Amino acid sequence: MSTALFLEQLLNGLQLGVTLFLMAAGLTLIFGVMGLINLAHGSLFMVGGFVCAAVAAATGSFWIGLAASLVAAAALGAIVEIVVIRRLYDRDHLDQVLATFALVLMFSEGVRFLFGSFPLYLDPPAILAGPVTLPGGLPYPAYRLAIIVAGVLIAIGLGLLISRTRLGMQIRAGEADREMIAALGVDIRFLYTVVFALGAALAGFAGAMIGALQSVQVGMGEPVLILAFVVIVIGGIGSIRGALVASLIVGLVDTMGRFLLPTLLSGVMEASAARGIGSAIASMLIYLLMAVVLVFKPKGLFPANA
Amino acid sequence: MKKAIIAFAAATALATGVTQAFAEPVKVGMITTLSGGGASLGIDVRDGFELAIKQSGNTDIELIVEDDARKPDLAVQLSDKLIQSDKVDIMTGIIWSNLAMAVIPGAVAQGKIYLSPNAGPSALAGAGCNENYFNVAWQNDNLHEAMGAYANTAGFKKSFILAPNYPAGQDALTGFKRFFKGEIANEIYTKLGQTDYAAEIAEIRASGADSVFFFLPGGMGIAFMKQYAGAGVDVPLLGPAFSFDQGILQAVGDAALGVKNTSQWSKDIDNETNKAFVESFQAEYGRLPSLYASQGFDTANLLLSAMGSAPISDKPAFLAALKAADFKSTRGDFKFGPNNHPIQDIYVREVIKEGDVYTNKLVGVALEDHSDAYAADCKM
Repeated sequence: MSTALFLEQLLNGLQLGVTLFLMAAGLTLIFGVMGLINLAHGSLFMVGGFVCAAVAAATGSFWIGLAASLVAAAALGAIVEIVVIRRLYDRDHLDQVLATFALVLMFSEGVRFLFGSFPLYLDPPAILAGPVTLPGGLPYPAYRLAIIVAGVLIAIGLGLLISRTRLGMQIRAGEADREMIAALGVDIRFLYTVVFALGAALAGFAGAMIGALQSVQVGMGEPVLILAFVVIVIGGIGSIRGALVASLIVGLVDTMGRFLLPTLLSGVMEASAARGIGSAIASMLIYLLMAVVLVFKPKGLFPANA
Repeated sequence: MKKAIIAFAAATALATGVTQAFAEPVKVGMITTLSGGGASLGIDVRDGFELAIKQSGNTDIELIVEDDARKPDLAVQLSDKLIQSDKVDIMTGIIWSNLAMAVIPGAVAQGKIYLSPNAGPSALAGAGCNENYFNVAWQNDNLHEAMGAYANTAGFKKSFILAPNYPAGQDALTGFKRFFKGEIANEIYTKLGQTDYAAEIAEIRASGADSVFFFLPGGMGIAFMKQYAGAGVDVPLLGPAFSFDQGILQAVGDAALGVKNTSQWSKDIDNETNKAFVESFQAEYGRLPSLYASQGFDTANLLLSAMGSAPISDKPAFLAALKAADFKSTRGDFKFGPNNHPIQDIYVREVIKEGDVYTNKLVGVALEDHSDAYAADCKM
C-alpha cells in the first residue's frame, strides 16, 4: 500500500466527516436548544438537493442553485417550525418521533409529486469538475476538496456564531434554562424558529453539495440521517463541539475501515473470505464504535450541560 | 322452430363455455418498489406491465399493485396479505434479490405462480427451482457473464471488480469471474445503498487494473460514475445494463458516455414487437422505456399468452402454457430453459448521446442463446 493511497483515503475520510458535521450540527443544535428529536432533518437535506438541481437546470449555474437551496431549506424549516414543530416542544420524544416521521413521508411524496420518481441531473460546477494535483503529486477530486474547505469554514463560522454573538448567547442560555431566558424578555418562540431555520439551512446546504457528488433522488436523506444520529450519539447529544469531533471520527473510521479491514484480514485468512468478512465488518464498524463509546461514556464524548 | 331453439341454446352454451375457458378472470398481485431509493425501477416494471395489459384489451386481469419500499420485511407482509386476504392467483413485480428470497420461496410453496420481471437469484435457479416460479428477465449472473466474455474479446487482462454485498451482488461478481479469463486486481463488496465511493475509487487508482467491472444498480451507480469522473481515473468502466439504464443515464450525464454495458434488451433491437413497444411506451408515458419497462411488458405478455391457451383453474395446463412462452418478446428470441429461466441472446451496448438524451446503442452480441450455470442442478 502506497503513502499516496493512504493520504487520499485520509482526505476522503475528512470529506465524509465534514459532510456529516453539516447534518449533525443542525440536528444536535435543535435537540440541544429545543429538546426536539427531528427525523425530518433528512428531508431538508433532500429538499436542498432537489432545489439546487432544479434551479441549476433552469439557470445553468450551480452557484445560483446552491444559494437557492440554502434559502429554500431555511424558509421551509421556518415554515415547518411554525406550523408543526411548535406544537411538539411540550410533548414527549415518542410523539416528536411520530410526528416528524410523518413529515418525512409527506416530504418524500411531495418531492415525488413535484419532480417525479427519476433521479435529477446535478453536476459540480465546471471549475471544480476534474481532479487537482495536491503538493506531493497526489491527484484528488477538486469538488471533494471544495467540500472539505466549505465544511471547515462553516464549522468555524458556527463556532463563532455561538460563542461570540448575541444570538449565540441566547442559544446557549436557551440550552441551559429556557424558562429563565424567557423571563428575561427574550422572545423564545422567535429564537426557536431561527435556530430551526439555521439547522435546516445547514442540512439543505449539505444536500446541495452532496447531490452534485451522488444522486439527487427521493429518499437520499435517510442514509445520511442515520449516520448523523450515530454522530450525535457519539459526540454527546446537544453538543456542537462533540458533533464536530464525532463527525471526523466517524468519517475517518468508516472510510479507513472499508479500505484497511479486508487488507488486514487477508493476512490471517484466505483472500476471498477476508474480502467478504472484511467488508461486512467494515459496514458495522461505526455502530461498533458507537457501542464502545457508550460503554465508557454513556453520555457521549462531550456531554452537553456537563 | 324447435330445432332452431335447440341450436340456439347449444350455440349459447358453447359460446359461454368458450368464453369461460378463454377468459377466466385472473387476479395478479404485484409487489414492487415504488418509493425510496430504487423507485424508478419498480415504476418502469409496473408501467411496462400495465401497458401490455392495456394494449391487449383483456379485461379479465385484476391487478393489485403494492409498494415494498425496498424493505424485505414489508415485502413479506404484503405477500401474506395478497395471498391470504386478496387471494391472488399469480404474483410478480419484485426488483431486488434480497426481497425475492424473502417472498418467492414461501409464495410458490403455497401454490401461487410467481413470474419474476427482474430479480433472478441463483438460489432459485439451481437446487431451489420450482415449477411455479418463472423468471422472465434473466438469471442474475447472465449479464455479468456476458460482460466477462466481452472483456476477453476486448483484450482486457486485469480487472478491478466491485458490487454491493447482497445476493445479486455476489451473483454478479461470480458471473463475471466465470467467463473472464484475465487476472482480478481486487474484488470489493460495498454496502447496499452506499452513496460515497471515494475509498473504492482511490483503490482503483492504486491498483494498476486495465478495466473496472462494477454492478451498482440505481442511485448507487449514479453516485459511483459521477465520483469516478470527478476523480480523473481513466481506467475504462464495464458493467451490466443496470447502471446504464434509461431512467438514470440522464442523471449521470457525460460521465457515462462511451461506457460499454451488456443487456438482453435495447431500444434499437430490430423487431416489430420492440419497435411498437418503444413507440407506444413513449406515447403513453412521455419518456423512453428502460430495460425494466421491457421486462414488465414481456412478463405481462407471457401471462396473457398463457391465459389465451389455458384457464387458470387448470393449473398443470396453465403452467405448461407459461413454459411454452408463446409470446412475442421485445428482445426477439425468448424461450425457457429446464429451470424456467430464459435462454436468450445478450448484447453489448454503448452509451451515446442522441440530441439531448443520453441512451444506448447496440454494438454487438456478447453471448448467443445463453442459458445459466445453475440449470443442471434443478430437479424438476
